[in-house]
Amino acid sequence: MGEGKIIAGVLAPHPPHLVYAENPPQNEPRSEGGWDALRWGYERCRKSVLAQKPDVFLVHSPHWMTVVGHHVLGLPRFQGLSVDPIFPHLFRFRYDVRVDVDLSLLIHEEGRKAGLTMKVMRNPDFRIDYGAITSLYLMNPAFDVPMVSISCNNSPYYFSNEVGQEEMKRLGEATAEAIERSGKRAVLLASNSLSHRHFTTEPEIPEDMSHEHIYHHGQYLWDMQVLKLMREGRSRELIDILPEFMDMASAEVKAGALTWMISALGFPAYPAEVHGYGSVIGTGNAVVEWAHERMKNERAHEREEGRERTRGRWGGQADGAAEERTGGVR
Amino acid sequence: MNGQVAAAYVVPGLPHPLLAPEASPAWRKLRGAYARVAAEIEATDADLILYFSTQWLSVLGYLFQADPEPGWTLVDHNWHEFGAMKYKMRVDTEFASAYAREVKAMGHYAREVNYEGFPIDTGVVVAQALLNPSNRFPAAMVSCNMYAEKQETLSIGQAAVRALEKTGKRAIVVCVTGLSNRFEVEEIDPLDDKLSSLKDDEWNRKILEILGEGRLEDVSEVMREFSRQANADMGGRGIWWLNGLCGKHNDFSGRVFEYQPIWGTGAALAGLYPKRAIRPVPGWVNDEADLVERFVGAGVKAKASDSSAARPVAGEAVIENRRDEASRGEGPPSGVVRAEKAPEPVGPYPHARRVGDFLFLSGCGPRKPGTKIIPGVVIDAEGNVVAHDAEAQTRSVLENIKAILEEAGAAIEDVVDVQVFLTDMKRDFAIFNKVYGEYFTKSGPTRTTVEVGSLPTPIAVELKVTAYLGPRSRAGAR
Ligand SMILES: [Fe+2]
Repeated sequence: MGEGKIIAGVLAPHPPHLVYAENPPQNEPRSEGGWDALRWGYERCRKSVLAQKPDVFLVHSPHWMTVVGHHVLGLPRFQGLSVDPIFPHLFRFRYDVRVDVDLSLLIHEEGRKAGLTMKVMRNPDFRIDYGAITSLYLMNPAFDVPMVSISCNNSPYYFSNEVGQEEMKRLGEATAEAIERSGKRAVLLASNSLSHRHFTTEPEIPEDMSHEHIYHHGQYLWDMQVLKLMREGRSRELIDILPEFMDMASAEVKAGALTWMISALGFPAYPAEVHGYGSVIGTGNAVVEWAHERMKNERAHEREEGRERTRGRWGGQADGAAEERTGGVR
Repeated sequence: MNGQVAAAYVVPGLPHPLLAPEASPAWRKLRGAYARVAAEIEATDADLILYFSTQWLSVLGYLFQADPEPGWTLVDHNWHEFGAMKYKMRVDTEFASAYAREVKAMGHYAREVNYEGFPIDTGVVVAQALLNPSNRFPAAMVSCNMYAEKQETLSIGQAAVRALEKTGKRAIVVCVTGLSNRFEVEEIDPLDDKLSSLKDDEWNRKILEILGEGRLEDVSEVMREFSRQANADMGGRGIWWLNGLCGKHNDFSGRVFEYQPIWGTGAALAGLYPKRAIRPVPGWVNDEADLVERFVGAGVKAKASDSSAARPVAGEAVIENRRDEASRGEGPPSGVVRAEKAPEPVGPYPHARRVGDFLFLSGCGPRKPGTKIIPGVVIDAEGNVVAHDAEAQTRSVLENIKAILEEAGAAIEDVVDVQVFLTDMKRDFAIFNKVYGEYFTKSGPTRTTVEVGSLPTPIAVELKVTAYLGPRSRAGAR
């Protein structure tokens, strides 16, 4: 094996409202739509990602919470009914998902090598959390690509946001290593919203969009600041300000998914594409794609062109070694 | 004893005593204690068991289980290797509706949930399996709102006793909560399971000592401090709920059945047996601001001065030390306080200065200690403030003030006067007021609030505080 690659990373938030709004057959409650900007954003992102023929989706969701280590699923198939404990009136979804157990086990192994506490979940009655199901559905409603689900280990945050971040960076590196070894074409889904203060009441019709807006302006500004860094390819700065973002906007990225993904992508210096931004009961949500493989190829192409130009001018004296490292496109 | 409550219990909600009692002597002892509690419950004439679990979290108000026969095979998210928990319960839906109505009548959002597969939390499933396995008693359960503060949680408890009275029912009340909630974060040998810190252990014992004396109101009153010191499970909301339900008093006989670690956290079973009939409290005021937090018991305060209490009760020692330094001709002059955990002054002044029994604090902003970071401010490339978050700033100011007070040996309860400076009264007053209300009550310090053109750094909130440290200080402040 070997030669596996990450083809894309996606900030893929999981408000169950978006699934509810689409009325898929698997979900029992019915709606009249709602949250269109985000759903259309997901649609664009989905097209872009699925066109690249991924072999596996890896999802990190804050709603599979563990306190002892990072867990991965170790059985090939899970079927069941996922009911959101917070919004049960919106999300009661019958799922049937296939798991890439080989990749799960590689992540388990690489995580251990990196000194992390890792566990494999092998209980057949386990119920997949609604966060993972939501992100997976929105990226690929057909569920015909296997998945790997990684639990959200909350315990490093007993110490501090920064300790938590460091651990997620290591998990990201271990994940990238495992993907490389697997030979698979992988897409990473960081299942997190951005600012996360939400309203504690709901309109009579949940999808009544005349009530939907961001919780407050300060939260919007924080979201914009974070999105700006993503769009400008400033992922190191992005990760540096996350601990403050977590405190200031109660950001769900505290759960670590974004840090995990950015680290697995090797802190990309290319711009990410924001497919959509919108609020869901006051929280800020964005669908953002790091088109990893495409950007890598484009960069390689640009370098190639640069070399040609250099050769033209100085007669073939291009110095590959002097090439600037582009901030780690893996 | 008549009344709406036959007995109340505090029990832990982790699955270990249910699924793996033989793996650890600690878990086995907890399992044994569960059996003793179950036997007591079995002997009562209660109509139902009412559960509040810190593991059933809600965001939109409160949820009430309204499926008459919920059933599922539950696998815990973290403890899946210990196996599945298959359950089938009998739910008192009449009571669930009545309780939801009372909560709504108090102005909160409430929803009855009757959905196949709704995830009943591990805490209730464990408690139900060990206390009421044959479904002899129908069950009722309410969620724990993770945003609710103390007063609201107390009120939700009180709503339960109103619903019990209206339906003419008598309940066994079970609060499913851990004590100190710091897990060991790595694999452990269950045979060696122990409390994750000595401090947590000491705090748990202190809480259980008071609970064992039946002083529920006193335990409820120390929950905030317990949370700070020992990371109480869901900030002690379970105890608040129970205390609100029982009407905020200490009139119980108490019994601690067992206290053991589960994966480093504190787990205990305790019983509270009312010495007077528990009925709705006449005139229970719903408006949070009108609910004055009273300190009923004297014992807790006295005990707080023993060595295991981290927070000094009187500030004399701290201040005196500084005087000694001063008398040696070095260090700050008499009564001067320079706090380490508060932001550095931006000019030639101390954080606080004590004169007699009064402690005067310099104006204090939200800046984080040791940094130039001002929480809740968004600054553009030119350094102009483009937005600020009054809530984050107010909270940060108050935390800074608490830090200064604590380092001076005082506490926020000692504050007698507050002057407030806001740069945008119109926009920020309401939100400021709300956060302020989390720290002070109507019978707290006097207060003056003014709008100012600007403050020395790009902050939106500054507080100037005076505390009184003389005799009877806290009684006076509260
Ligand atoms: Fe979420």
